[in-house]
Amino acid sequence: MAELSGKDRLSAAFKKPGFVAYTVAGDPSVSESVLISKALIDGGCDVLELGVPFSDPVADGSVIQAADKRALDAGITTDGVFGVVKEIRKYSGVPIVFLVYLNIVFRRGFDRFYDEAKEAGVDGILIVDMPPEEAETALLASERTGIAQIFLVTQTTSDERLDMIVKMASGFIYLVSSLGVTGKRDDVSKEAFSLLKCVKAKTKIPVAVGFGVSEKRHAEEIIKEGADGVIVGSAIVSVIEKNLGNCEKICSELKNYVKSMKDAIISKN
Amino acid sequence: MSTKHGYYGGFGGRFVPETLMAALYELDSEYLRLKDDANFKSELNSYLSEYAGRETPLTFCKNMSEYCGCKVYLKREDLVHGGAHKLNNTLGQAILARAMGKKRLIAETGAGQHGVATAIAGAVLGLPVEVFMGEEDCERQKLNVFRMELMGAKVHPVSSGTKTLKDATNEALREWSKTVDYTHYLIGSVVGPHPFPEIVRDFQCVIGTETKEQCIKKEGRLPSALVACVGGGSNAIGMFYPMLNDDVRMIGVEAGGKSLAPGENGATLNTGSPGVLHGALSYLIQNEDGQVKETHSVSAGLDYPGVGPEHSMLHDMKRVEYAYAMDDEVLDAFSFLSRTEGIIPALESSHAISYVLKNRDEFEKDDIVVICLSGRGDKDVAQVSKMYGRDF
Ligand SMILES: Cc1ncc(COP(=O)(O)O)c(C=O)c1O
Repeated sequence: MAELSGKDRLSAAFKKPGFVAYTVAGDPSVSESVLISKALIDGGCDVLELGVPFSDPVADGSVIQAADKRALDAGITTDGVFGVVKEIRKYSGVPIVFLVYLNIVFRRGFDRFYDEAKEAGVDGILIVDMPPEEAETALLASERTGIAQIFLVTQTTSDERLDMIVKMASGFIYLVSSLGVTGKRDDVSKEAFSLLKCVKAKTKIPVAVGFGVSEKRHAEEIIKEGADGVIVGSAIVSVIEKNLGNCEKICSELKNYVKSMKDAIISKN
Repeated sequence: MSTKHGYYGGFGGRFVPETLMAALYELDSEYLRLKDDANFKSELNSYLSEYAGRETPLTFCKNMSEYCGCKVYLKREDLVHGGAHKLNNTLGQAILARAMGKKRLIAETGAGQHGVATAIAGAVLGLPVEVFMGEEDCERQKLNVFRMELMGAKVHPVSSGTKTLKDATNEALREWSKTVDYTHYLIGSVVGPHPFPEIVRDFQCVIGTETKEQCIKKEGRLPSALVACVGGGSNAIGMFYPMLNDDVRMIGVEAGGKSLAPGENGATLNTGSPGVLHGALSYLIQNEDGQVKETHSVSAGLDYPGVGPEHSMLHDMKRVEYAYAMDDEVLDAFSFLSRTEGIIPALESSHAISYVLKNRDEFEKDDIVVICLSGRGDKDVAQVSKMYGRDF
């Protein structure tokens, strides 16, 4: 049987509604971030999303900014990020996607970055600051390597551009639940759900909802409204931030957290 | 020479998160609609002349000319209201924002000059202003913080990252993505995603357009050389652009800082490599992984790791020469102009003065060298006096 591509593996991950857990590669150190990733996997996440640390993360709120900084201060490099993926791959086959800022990819060269990502075991790449208008080179690399090219859709995305995005996207579509940057919010906005309906009507590609999601009730509501996945970032990174120096506690708390979110998702399926 | 829409050669583009794309489209189409609109132009022109004090003089510097052995002129952007060229851009963008129905202006600032210019434009046009400024810059430029506050602006000190202009810009972009439906991000230089570099350039071109006319009137010919400092590059492109197709030598002067070693300068075109920051592909001071590096300059306004994409193109085409001046040379130039001409230049502008002083042998007796005096040095007096061991 031919090897499954990253795109196939991601689509399969959302056959049933799934949970996407985000953490920053190398936060608070390379070895601890591997342990944290394993805990998220043990908790039952369906997709692991690894943030690639960047000096200037303009789409991120203060929690993830601080995580990027911890990772960079601890010496993470692009090679080191691929190393984290390889370590996780020894443990699990769970689909892994990168959330990365363009300059990291650009600097390495699209082809080399995608090749190295594939070799390490990455299934999808979301380049946060690369809109579809600027995606030509990335799409060629994605096509060639079978790595899914994930795009954001937001409340400000026009109908016309939504059509362009669903045509280009593979793996899943990342629906941004609110304006602004990453970080916890009290509620998931009504606008997010009308956008969700709009996207679902246009494409069969799975749609996962993120930005500001942290609680079980958010997850339940998102799945009830028809999403294929729930993405949590800042709430996970906050646990790391609050328990720095106590990796064991971070891992056990996160494992339980992912389990509870996963249960909430299954209950609404 | 532009290729794809929003590009300058291979540089530029719109590299922002999806949330901001709609706003860039809106800005692009509204600017296209308004830029040649008679009412828009006449309102801007009347603010520029009645309020900002344009046109600014092209001052012949007798003493500096004698010293340099050529004809030195200063384009006096220091005399624009607010003390720098920045108001040319902020008035234009604030009128544009109001016409677009935006209710609020946000801005990033380094030295505080752009923040002050935005506060001025917001006050006179009736739009509330919030300014993001690195903590370190707030400390270096306390007076400008107070100036902004006097004019009703709210200043947010930014404590993330380098605590300077780069991170103030990150924070302004984040705030814009939260409030994009009613806020205009009034960017302060020819940087950022398309259409900002074009809009800011167009509003700054008044510098070069006036210079060209004034020089022809005074000397009967075009300047031999134009010299301007380059941070993001707005005063420089404003000076150069109207004469790009003429036989005029052009020199942009970057911040050489303490040395050309990484982290010790802001000389992006001299020491950087292509990369993507703040929405555009341009030269960037970064490490091999693409992490953006710390910069240093004696002048906060040039303490920035990026540069406008059009400058990257002009650099690669070799149409414009990009030199640099070191901190100590800049301080010498600051004193020189103060003593010989009675004009205290901004430390940013002193980079351009320094180039001409240092390279005076390059110029012939009849050469007309125009330096863009992008701002006055009053804002820098406290900092420089401290360096001379006199603290007030
Ligand atoms: C007086 C002055 N000149 C120059 C600059 C640099 O900006 P730009 O390169 O966009 O002209 C600044 C920025 O703060 C400034 O205040």
